[in-house]
Amino acid sequence: MTSLVIAEHDHGTLKPATLNTVTAAMACGGDVHVLIAGQNAAGAAQAAAKIAGVAKVIHADGASLAEQLAENIAAQVLAIAKNYSHLLFPATAHGKNVAPRVAALLDVAQISDATKIVSADTFERPIYAGNAIAQVQSSDPIKVITVRTTGFDAAAASGGSAAVETVPAVADSGLSSFVGAEIVKLDRPELTAAKIIVSGGRAMGSSDKFNEVLTPLADKLGAALGASRAAVDAGYAPNDWQVGQTGKIVAPQLYIACGISGAIQHLAGMKDSKVIVAINKDPEAPIFQIADYGLVGDLFQVIPAFTAALG
Amino acid sequence: MKVLVPVKRVVDFNVKVRVKSDGTGVDIANVKMSMNPFDEIAVEEAVRLKEKGVVTEIIAVSCGVTQCQETLRTAMAIGADRAILVESTEELQPLAVAKLLKALIDKEQPGLVILGKQAIDDDCNQTGQMLAALSQLPQATFASKVVIDGGFASVTREIDGGLETIKLKLPAVVTTDLRLNEPRYVTLPNIMKAKKKPLETLKPADLGVDVAPRIKTLKVSEPPKRGAGVKVPDVATLVAKLKNEAKVI
Repeated sequence: MTSLVIAEHDHGTLKPATLNTVTAAMACGGDVHVLIAGQNAAGAAQAAAKIAGVAKVIHADGASLAEQLAENIAAQVLAIAKNYSHLLFPATAHGKNVAPRVAALLDVAQISDATKIVSADTFERPIYAGNAIAQVQSSDPIKVITVRTTGFDAAAASGGSAAVETVPAVADSGLSSFVGAEIVKLDRPELTAAKIIVSGGRAMGSSDKFNEVLTPLADKLGAALGASRAAVDAGYAPNDWQVGQTGKIVAPQLYIACGISGAIQHLAGMKDSKVIVAINKDPEAPIFQIADYGLVGDLFQVIPAFTAALG
Repeated sequence: MKVLVPVKRVVDFNVKVRVKSDGTGVDIANVKMSMNPFDEIAVEEAVRLKEKGVVTEIIAVSCGVTQCQETLRTAMAIGADRAILVESTEELQPLAVAKLLKALIDKEQPGLVILGKQAIDDDCNQTGQMLAALSQLPQATFASKVVIDGGFASVTREIDGGLETIKLKLPAVVTTDLRLNEPRYVTLPNIMKAKKKPLETLKPADLGVDVAPRIKTLKVSEPPKRGAGVKVPDVATLVAKLKNEAKVI
């Protein structure tokens, strides 16, 4: 029984979600291998070889894998899938894009967003926006799993010395091609990896106010910025800041919800945070029902005062 | 060009479901059911493509119980031209649904399939990708913009860190994200018109698909409850609590 983790990387380095996925793979039992499918991705392959607990790194390198297109990455996984009992992807935008293609072509079901590995064939996963937890058992010979990274600790990024085996890259499918990307470069931690998150809701009122009020607080705390769906839909914050059932699932040490009422879809994305602070002028807002510390007041006075009080 | 739009009947997004006391599932008796919100965005996008003259016919499809007819009528009230119900009382898991939809692609030969990225009941986020793989079609998931030009679709996708645009050779499968569009309200005249539109009913066996579930739900439980904490009177107290009690700053 051997598990394969499909690493998320930018060719040069590994994305942190890979480390949580390795921990989930170790819980499946047996050896853990990591697949690096990329172009000029020796850096990522070397990083994967150093992860504690990884027995082998499989490195496929070629132009077809440069843009991480779902069709080609899935084909690369399928080329070696039969050697494994478990295929694990981080439940990120990339992992969610590729994993079901692999599962379908293996004619197996997929377990999405696993939060716990109960045994080699039994898993826990949240359903209905996290309002229920299902324990599910797969009867398929190969388990294809996406791993909710907040459910598992990160494996140690150093201490391992796995062998790196090179395999040929698959040919391009010819079905899709990459046109371009607009990636926002931020000088702050990534939302899903941040220890502290400052998150704003519709009550922020405008994009300018959102930045003017929340950015200094986030800077002071070294925090990532997040948003509710209402704030994103209103154009106050970029799409990929959305925390919630169908956006990012986060579990930082400290989550500060500013002007967020607390719709169940938002709570689904952040209720596993260690400490939750809610600042809202409505004392009846549902967010207060799950907040460790609630402060009822006007955001535009409380948050600048909070920032100032941090010294 | 024909467009196929799969839609799922789910518990309405405003309903907070309860876990059954015997742990066999969630109680969905007598709760409001609606079209999965992401699928509604998919229907809207198909209708907009038709209004632009890119699309000639929109076929809505649903797989599930008889009551899915209501969901299909809603799709037709938004603007789908006809509907197909693949009727089954079996628990239909994403792989089974993808196989049913693949059989319908083979039959109807659409130029585009557009569906929600995820259903808000099982939160699987699988069907579109599985369908694309089984049908050997390109895919663009989490779409926030779709442009059809010639034999290609340019799709802007919401990814971690920002946006990405990819070009797909048609036919293709696109799954919708929240920012793609805002679905229109259905009007009473359109609801009346939708009642007269054709709705065909098939069985999985008619399509030659085995829909037996591969994943067994052993039990469903409540998530750990998170109790309300305390209200603090002012910023100074909040900062003191975060520093000394919670020790997170």
